[in-house]
Amino acid sequence: MVQAALVKTKPIIEVSNLNLYFGEKQVLKNIQLDVPEKMVTALIGPSGCGKSTLLRTLNRLHDLSPDARITGKVTIDEQDIFHRNTLVNKLRKKVGMVFQKPNPFPKSIYDNVAYGLQINGFPKDKIPQMVEESLRKSYIFDEVKDKLHEPATRLSGGQQQRLCIARTIAVKPEIILMDEPCSALDPLSTLKIEELILELKNDYTIVIVTHNMQQAVRVSDFTAFMYLGELIEFDETHKIFNNPEKQLTENYIKGYFG
Amino acid sequence: MNFKTIFKENPLPATMLLLCTLLVCTFLFLILGEIFSKGLSALSWSFIFDAPKNGMTEGGILPAIVGTLLLTLITTLASLPIGIACAIYLSEYAENNTTTQIIRAAIRNLAGVPSIIYGLFGLALFVQGLQLGTSILSAGLTLGLLSLPYIITTTEEALKTVPQSMREGALALGATQFETIRDIVLPASIPGIATGVILSLSRAAGETAPILFTGAAFYVTGLPGNLFQEFMALPYHLYMLTTQHQSIATVRPLAYGTAAVLILLVFMLNIVAFMIRNKFRNQLK
Repeated sequence: MVQAALVKTKPIIEVSNLNLYFGEKQVLKNIQLDVPEKMVTALIGPSGCGKSTLLRTLNRLHDLSPDARITGKVTIDEQDIFHRNTLVNKLRKKVGMVFQKPNPFPKSIYDNVAYGLQINGFPKDKIPQMVEESLRKSYIFDEVKDKLHEPATRLSGGQQQRLCIARTIAVKPEIILMDEPCSALDPLSTLKIEELILELKNDYTIVIVTHNMQQAVRVSDFTAFMYLGELIEFDETHKIFNNPEKQLTENYIKGYFG
Repeated sequence: MNFKTIFKENPLPATMLLLCTLLVCTFLFLILGEIFSKGLSALSWSFIFDAPKNGMTEGGILPAIVGTLLLTLITTLASLPIGIACAIYLSEYAENNTTTQIIRAAIRNLAGVPSIIYGLFGLALFVQGLQLGTSILSAGLTLGLLSLPYIITTTEEALKTVPQSMREGALALGATQFETIRDIVLPASIPGIATGVILSLSRAAGETAPILFTGAAFYVTGLPGNLFQEFMALPYHLYMLTTQHQSIATVRPLAYGTAAVLILLVFMLNIVAFMIRNKFRNQLK
């Protein structure tokens, strides 16, 4: 049903036999997926196919939904994330997340980035420098350097999203999960975020959910196509978009449904 | 749409709604006008800073003012920490199942229990059961119980207004649930919490029935010295002057003066709530 992808680099995330239920409803069905390290992997598929659900499994955000039930195994750095000895806050520090709608904290721009550093116990005297570094890496420093202590909510949507990326990379994760990070942004902001993603993949493994197939082509190395809770096909992005193996994938890529 | 076009397009509903609003305002101003026109003559510095004299036909109401302030302080200390903790538990930690639904319904029902019932309960529990006697402590704890349902309900509503995406943002950075609540959720909901808390406390400050049996006294010499003494309070003082005094007609101006002071005190509490709310709202925007 799902072929093993020809991933040459070492997988950092290994998903095997993953099933997820909300109450009685099965949302993810027997997912197998190896996410390669320091690459961008895109998850595509029609609305409700489970791609966001799969993404939120990887940093255990489903812990917040009491009716979510998960079977199967997910390992990150060869560590079982559902093992009872796994500390969920340590996992989430390692696996950062950027959300669909920019969600800066109701704090200053500086504090938005510094917060993650404080709670993760980075040395106090290093924090100002680390905040600046993260803002620079997210290409937002020049726009905010004169108003670091103003509320973050005064920034534009695109700036807020880059601030959220800065906040995520500040705590030095290994993996960044992005849940349709551009869907609430204008084309210019989208372009900036996409450039940023290509820059970030040198240092981080990125898994991005996107509705925009052109975006998947532009930013990702690998693409997984999901449909009705199943992972239909996973391969290098150019293969998925030019020469997919499954008819279902081809129909979706060509816009016959979805 | 401005006022005029609204009236032109919907003359009947707009007029009815305006009349209702005016009716409410009329009664409000009638009450305030009555109290302040008759009470203003009694208001003076000595009325506020003196103790009552000559069987309360002369002098001021300082013990009652201090009593009410101290009582409100005890009420706050008794109800605020428990109320907020309870709201945080219900909103952030508890599963949404039948048990918590029943607890919530019970808390909302408590908010509707007549205050005299709280008075009787306070008498049974604090005055007699815990042997605290008729004292400012018993009365403050009783008022604390009265305020709790309001504080819990309004705090829970305020916590609910914090978007789930804020919580997820903090958790995704590696914050524990406790850190998320302490650093993100609580600060974001302070305006709502402060408003609800101060409104319920100012309501408690004006209550008579719950302190009637638990500690309020008709007359005490001097100010309350410790927590186990009886005390004077503005609403109870007002009640006594209006209904129980031997020469009611003579003390009528003093009663109106007391009412004016009580209203001003509650008004000031509300202004504090307003200022706290604005201060934090501006910080967040």
